[in-house]
Amino acid sequence: MSEKSSEKSEPTRLGVFKTYKLYVGGKFPRSESGRVYEVVDSKGKWLANAPLSSRKDARDAVVAARKAFGGWAGATAYNRGQILYRIAEMLEGRKDQFVREVAEAEGLSKSKAAAVVDAAIDRWVWYAGWTDKIGQVVGGANPVAGPFFNLSTPEPTGVVTVLAPQESSFLGLVSVIAPVIATGNTVIVIASEKAPLPALSLGEVLATSDLPGGVVNVLSGKTAEIAAPLAAHQDVNAIDLTGAGSDLARDLEIAAADNLKRVVRPKAVDFSADPGTDRLTAFLETKTVWHPTGSLGASGSAY
Amino acid sequence: MPTNAPAAAFADATASDGALRRFLHGLPGIDPVGLEARAASLGTRSIKTSAKAYAIDLAISMIDLTTLEGADTPGKVRALAAKAVHPDPTDRTTPHTAAVCVYPDMVATAKEVLKGSDVKVASVATAFPAGRAALPVKLADVRDAVAAGADEIDMVIDRGAFLAGHYLKVYEEIAAVRAECGDKARLKVIFETGELSTYDNIRRASWLGMMGGADFIKTSTGKVAVNATPPNTLVLLEAVRDFRAQTGIQVGVKPAGGIRSTKDAVKFLVLVNETVGGDWLDNHWFRFGASSLLNDLLMQRQKLATGRYSGPDYVTVD
Repeated sequence: MSEKSSEKSEPTRLGVFKTYKLYVGGKFPRSESGRVYEVVDSKGKWLANAPLSSRKDARDAVVAARKAFGGWAGATAYNRGQILYRIAEMLEGRKDQFVREVAEAEGLSKSKAAAVVDAAIDRWVWYAGWTDKIGQVVGGANPVAGPFFNLSTPEPTGVVTVLAPQESSFLGLVSVIAPVIATGNTVIVIASEKAPLPALSLGEVLATSDLPGGVVNVLSGKTAEIAAPLAAHQDVNAIDLTGAGSDLARDLEIAAADNLKRVVRPKAVDFSADPGTDRLTAFLETKTVWHPTGSLGASGSAY
Repeated sequence: MPTNAPAAAFADATASDGALRRFLHGLPGIDPVGLEARAASLGTRSIKTSAKAYAIDLAISMIDLTTLEGADTPGKVRALAAKAVHPDPTDRTTPHTAAVCVYPDMVATAKEVLKGSDVKVASVATAFPAGRAALPVKLADVRDAVAAGADEIDMVIDRGAFLAGHYLKVYEEIAAVRAECGDKARLKVIFETGELSTYDNIRRASWLGMMGGADFIKTSTGKVAVNATPPNTLVLLEAVRDFRAQTGIQVGVKPAGGIRSTKDAVKFLVLVNETVGGDWLDNHWFRFGASSLLNDLLMQRQKLATGRYSGPDYVTVD
């Protein structure tokens, strides 16, 4: 439509608007409630309608995430790394779309938005590399006073709910979900309330990246409305409150205490900086096994 | 109800193979499209809050908690029976299930745990699930289960004979098993609707079962691909409704297999209420043959009680 070369006598082409949908269990459902809300750009201009998720969408997402957990946690770290890298590859091919969506959502210039999208793609690559290395960093052999091998190894926490950052709609989103799934957790992410479109589009990328359905589930809508049932849900193992304001975060943390969820409290984060391993280790448990070394011969261990 | 009252009422129809065939084929035909549409539309009712709480408790009280595996151990049966008595040990207001359903050799084990409770023991018999054995063997199977203390016998019909058109053979077998149960056990007759291929056949089988003296008619064994579905349960419900209208005898219905979620169970209860009415909304007349359904009902019950979604970590896995 923006082509100036078309002559005035030709009929104007009708716009094809995209119906943004949730991404749950590898499928693209509308909200169970049938509700949508208007998403506007930084200047208040209408962009699209996004699904306004209800607590039942949250419940369905937990079921999907739990179902996917066994397979994803059981996949080899190497395989998870390949899939995360594949996500980067897929994003690279759809960069233009994400640059436009990020520019509209956050009011950035095209070149700034392009830098943000590049950083997000690089973030997937960064975490893809970490999948088979985090075990060596946080696990290892423990010296014990006895004839035993004593080995600690990190294990994923389980189903993790993530409240994505409200301001950084894409780089921030990737920075909070990639470390969670890199270690084998599955995630239910609540997209930025006012800028959910990049997150919903990311679902389309994830669906074509060999990522098993249900490993990442994207919900959009009112953060407080969706987060409350998830924080109280007995089948969610951890919650990342990055996108919550301080009052909401306090309420959710109280609800989360009921089944001893791991909680990551919100704090100011510069998502363009080097991410480090903090978010990787936030959702890991440590399993320690003892194994007898066998009888010690005259020359030391039998092994 | 005197044992086998229907035999007298249908003496003419069961006089010969030909008469029985004419009777069964004279039953009104079923419109499959209409039946499925009816069953689907009744599945769209929204049952919420207090009605849902009532439906959940009713459904729990109607469950025949079932384990029918080659790998059943006495320990597993004992655990299942204990769960039937106290489905949710953290909430003693939870109703107990109607019965536990086991193989005949496990009846005594279950009976021992259930002593003193109102939970009944149902036993499958007659060479379950295929029903491929000679009549004396089937009757011995039933005798064995009844002697071990089974309160209910779930028999399978001979689908081979039914599909071959030997209706009288099937009828006589049911009547013989009925006689073997005597007054000690209620008889459930399993048709294995997934193997009967048409809705008309399911209706014929339902009548055949009721004429033979069934106290319950039951959809399936849970061992084939297609088990209880809303349409085939609707056929059974219509059959018991018509049978009571004609003879005054009330017969129970038990869908079994494939009912796993609270939502499904509530749909079946709606089906019962809308087809045969409140007379059947009692565990004396309606049962669910299920095992994992109970876990989902308990999770939903906890959700209603606490407002939080529960998870599989908080119910037993069996």
